[in-house]
Amino acid sequence: MVVAELDNLLASREMILVAGSGGVGKTTIAAALGVAAAQRHKGRILVITVDPARRLATALGLDEFGNTPVRIDPKAFVAAGVKVRGEVWVAMLDTKAGWDELITRHAPDDATRDAVLANPLYENITSRFVHSHEYLAMEQLHDLHATGDFDLVIVDTPPSRNALSILDAPNRMIEFFGSRLLRWLTVPYRSRLFTVASKPFYQVADRVLGSRFLQDIADFFVLFQAMEGGFVRRAKEVEALLRDPRTAFVVVTTLETAPSYEARFLARSLIERGMSLGAIVANRVLPVALATSAAAESAAGLLEHADGELADSVAARLDAPRKQVSAVLEQIATRFDDVALVAARESDRRSELADLAPALLVVPWLEGDIHDLAGLGALAGHLRDGG
Amino acid sequence: MDAKGALATAFDVGELGFEPTEVAPQLHAMAMNTEDSLREYLRLFVRIPLLGRIGPLASTFDFVADAAPGVKEILGVGKLCYEVRERHYDLIVVDAEASGHIVSQIGAPKVIADLVQVGLVRDQTQWMLDILDDPMRTGVAVVTTPEEMPVTETIDLLGRLRDETGAHASAVIANRVLPAMFSRREQAVVDRLDDAMELLVDVAGPAVATVVDAARLTETRRSTGAEHLDRLRHWLESSGDVADGLPIITVPELFSRGSGPRVVSLVAQALTDELDPEPPSGVDGRG
Repeated sequence: MVVAELDNLLASREMILVAGSGGVGKTTIAAALGVAAAQRHKGRILVITVDPARRLATALGLDEFGNTPVRIDPKAFVAAGVKVRGEVWVAMLDTKAGWDELITRHAPDDATRDAVLANPLYENITSRFVHSHEYLAMEQLHDLHATGDFDLVIVDTPPSRNALSILDAPNRMIEFFGSRLLRWLTVPYRSRLFTVASKPFYQVADRVLGSRFLQDIADFFVLFQAMEGGFVRRAKEVEALLRDPRTAFVVVTTLETAPSYEARFLARSLIERGMSLGAIVANRVLPVALATSAAAESAAGLLEHADGELADSVAARLDAPRKQVSAVLEQIATRFDDVALVAARESDRRSELADLAPALLVVPWLEGDIHDLAGLGALAGHLRDGG
Repeated sequence: MDAKGALATAFDVGELGFEPTEVAPQLHAMAMNTEDSLREYLRLFVRIPLLGRIGPLASTFDFVADAAPGVKEILGVGKLCYEVRERHYDLIVVDAEASGHIVSQIGAPKVIADLVQVGLVRDQTQWMLDILDDPMRTGVAVVTTPEEMPVTETIDLLGRLRDETGAHASAVIANRVLPAMFSRREQAVVDRLDDAMELLVDVAGPAVATVVDAARLTETRRSTGAEHLDRLRHWLESSGDVADGLPIITVPELFSRGSGPRVVSLVAQALTDELDPEPPSGVDGRG
């Protein structure tokens, strides 16, 4: 891919959702996309992340950041030798605070708000229920976009075993409010027991879970139902935003079996749902040269001569013991096969991914982990000319 | 527990369901399914004569799954504890959910006991906790890879197991560890090898530079991974009771294809080599 393609994506979209399975470097790529955008364009860029590695946060000069966006000090970019034209802001998703904010916003009155926040089940239910992390990520994105404070919002979506739950979260919230489940939960408890058709189920539920627990749940959802209007309207707005042409998804993966399988699945699902797949990032990729037959032949040649005249001449040149030189050459040659095998498999997966996305950005395996702005700047460079 | 068909692929058996399949002599495998678990629970403990009378379970299952905190988790963990209690097997190995979810899974009986004041489920939390909290019967083997985030998550998980559950860590396994390539003296030779590159090129062709690069890349990967494992080792040594000086059991990088019986047997061999070949006496096999 030519450099301009990523730059164009970063210039034309207002929201970029970075998705993929856990452990593929998604947070770091999201941060680097923010830096890449700021390198190329003026304007205010926000990167929202979930639970970054602490060293990354520290490296960004942000020992503590929360729901409220914080700007990375321009001096820190200068000190790291990274030239940026735009402003980079970062915020971290906080599920608990996010829920509190949602309840406060949608509660019809103060009494309902306080009753929900004080309900003993509130924290337990919100932390488990209807993929609340995914829903909150979407909510926050919508919020920050709606403020108009930022030209580009990049969201590092929560790692998910099934990335689709992120896309489905708003709809699931809407469905929940229209569901039999909620209706049942909020029917006055006594009359529930006497509904003939469903009586056996409730009797069982009552016996197994106990009436007090069912009552606690019912109390919570009666309060929750009072907020239906606000929740449903917002969920629809969030859903619309996901399909908006100003929104694009970037799928991050490594070229290992499981993550790249997930990435292909996610990319296809996005396309099926009419959502915009901007690019796939293949992270930590081995050099393609490793998979060439020329390299394999060189390795074989090296092995053949590792204990011969070659060892003598190299030992003389480096003024090193011949035994060590010979051992080194043999080790380099024999261990090459393993890496070449992995590289060959990677290029196979790479072409599968390239068929799916309008752009495949390839980031080479970089030495060490990235935890400073200079590292992010280098990564941004790879993203901008990777492919 | 984390069913995506990975276990079925590992044993090459097509599909696994809630009913155990004998995948090898004396080795049974099943895939957890909370709805089937609920069905079995109701049959065994509530003794409903006509299960059909409670209606289509799937549509009412939402209630259990989404709305009631801890109930979905306890259906999974309850099934496991039940199998242990009934001694249907000598050893039960659980491929648990990803590290973010495992704590709420193991902690489910405690959550239920805190939230549910009366009822059948509450009465059953105690024997589950007795099984889960007994280090002679239940141990958590935490698996990691020598990379930054996995090691950080492992440390986090071990701390949360201690703080939020009564379960005990019994092993820390580092998977996909690259073996060392060079001794320190040999490494010094590798570092200066560029000075002799044209000698190598004369013999093995220009692509030999790629071969040398590959070795350096692998070595850098290995040493970066080793630093992360050192961080983990240091934490384990200073963590006090949580891991109690647990050693890190390592499984080498196999460079093989992702899954299937071949990999399973290679990893099993690597684990056997790492573990004490003499089984300690007096352990009832549930470790």
